[in-house]
Amino acid sequence: MHPERLVRAAINNLLASGAGLIALAPIYLLLTNAFKTKLDADAMSPALPGSLQWDNFTTVIDQGRLVPAFLNSALYAFGSTILGVLLAALAAYVLARHRSRLHRVIYGLLIIGIALPTNYVTLIKVMQVTGLIDTQIGMIVLYAAMQIPFDVFLMYAFVGRLPRELDEAAFIDGCSPIRTFFSIILPLLTPVLLTCGVLNILNVWSDFINPLYFLNSSDNWPMTLSVYNFFSQGTNFSSGSNWALVSADVVLSILPVVVIYLAAQRWILGGWSAGAVKG
Amino acid sequence: MNKRAYPTWFAGGALILFGVFVLLPSVLGLGFAFTDWNSYSTDVNWVGLDNFAAIFDPSSNYFSAIQNTVLFTVATIALKTVLGLALAVLLTSGVRRLSYLYRALIYLPAVLPMVAVGIVFKSILNPDDGMLNLALRFVGLGGLAQQWLTDITLALWSVIGVDTWKGAGYIMVILIAGLLVIPRDFYEAASLDGASSWQAFRYITLPLLRPVLAVTTVLNLLYGLRVFDIVYVLTNGGPGYATSTVYTTVFDSFSLGQYGIGTALSSVFVVVGLLLSFVVLRALSRSEET
Repeated sequence: MHPERLVRAAINNLLASGAGLIALAPIYLLLTNAFKTKLDADAMSPALPGSLQWDNFTTVIDQGRLVPAFLNSALYAFGSTILGVLLAALAAYVLARHRSRLHRVIYGLLIIGIALPTNYVTLIKVMQVTGLIDTQIGMIVLYAAMQIPFDVFLMYAFVGRLPRELDEAAFIDGCSPIRTFFSIILPLLTPVLLTCGVLNILNVWSDFINPLYFLNSSDNWPMTLSVYNFFSQGTNFSSGSNWALVSADVVLSILPVVVIYLAAQRWILGGWSAGAVKG
Repeated sequence: MNKRAYPTWFAGGALILFGVFVLLPSVLGLGFAFTDWNSYSTDVNWVGLDNFAAIFDPSSNYFSAIQNTVLFTVATIALKTVLGLALAVLLTSGVRRLSYLYRALIYLPAVLPMVAVGIVFKSILNPDDGMLNLALRFVGLGGLAQQWLTDITLALWSVIGVDTWKGAGYIMVILIAGLLVIPRDFYEAASLDGASSWQAFRYITLPLLRPVLAVTTVLNLLYGLRVFDIVYVLTNGGPGYATSTVYTTVFDSFSLGQYGIGTALSSVFVVVGLLLSFVVLRALSRSEET
């Protein structure tokens, strides 16, 4: 290779690995400090732990009440995703297939939701009146409602690319609309259902502001809220903050997201090429 | 046959959930914004434009929250776009080997919950024994060590920095998807004509990437205006009100029971959001046509 190109390639690789390291550094800090003793973790230094303190994890699972929090996060993420994706698919199907004036208005209305900021003060009122505040079912319904606009937007474009003859033939053969949808359309929507599903699961799992407003009882808290609570209690320990335990707690809380991310990478990136680039 | 084959009630479930939990609060908010609704009394009285006068009083905390939110939004849009674009170009044309590993690493912060990110950076930015100041002192730049989160002029920029660390990879991934659909022939033709790599970037990459850049800008914009988690965890709006944003201020006024003013501030926001949603629609439909 040309020496000048070699130098340029070296610089490029240096830049890329530098960026990779900067992205990784905080995660590395969390991981190493999660295994340290309280004293060693005091300054959150990048040094490797002297001996591995596996007890940290059992301690935080117990003190940070991570198991119920994990189950709550999973319930909210998967429950709201199944409900929201199903309702959005039903809507996107008829709105994209039959573009009457009414359907176009409904579509436009739903899409506005993508950009509409939530008014939490009045939403609290709505949650109170419907009896959903501080309940698990309330969080599921709320998260389902919040994802619908974006889901409908992605699915609408996808339905538009499916051949119409499929459902028309089914209709002529006397298939009911419901059966046509569930046995013909829904299976074909699988890629976009997965994209919407994965994005929503990640969003709900990371969400902090909604539980903060709507969940008082710690029994209903998802992981984000219980981790934050553990952290703010931790910094007020009479003996000073225990960063080893806080790190262990944070590591366990991000583990599910990282696993979902690694397992579902394809669908996330697929969503971007479908949603952002092709429209 | 259309009517019977594609019944409108299929959209009913989505429409009801959307109507009750997304649309209704916004509409109710517009009404309550003109009242003194609060947690101390059961009466709700009409107060006209009082809440809005308080919000747009340049000396009020509400106004500084709006200013901070705008600064945060503009700065993060600029930083994430420039960094994301630079990384996207680097990883699609500069680096061949390991490109996928770099992409996965740089995107990773984007999937982490903001609360977790905030907690780690709270330690990294600690002025005494935080990693950042230690590293600066270690390389002999101790003079640059700062009170990152408690200095009034610096705190907002620290929050912006952390947010950029988390969000740049996300923008990069979208831009990479956009770069990959630009035909290679364009660059080959340009280099045959003697165009420099800067010229190729300026006259081929940038114009063809415009629809995708519009999308990332809108995404960054919508995110920036709603920023809450990272501020809440890192500074909770402080020192003083130096880093308070619209959403942290709404949360504060909600905690204090001042629902009227909270909902007024939210409503200003909803109107801005509606205007922006129009921009979103335009940007997205334009990218669909190309």
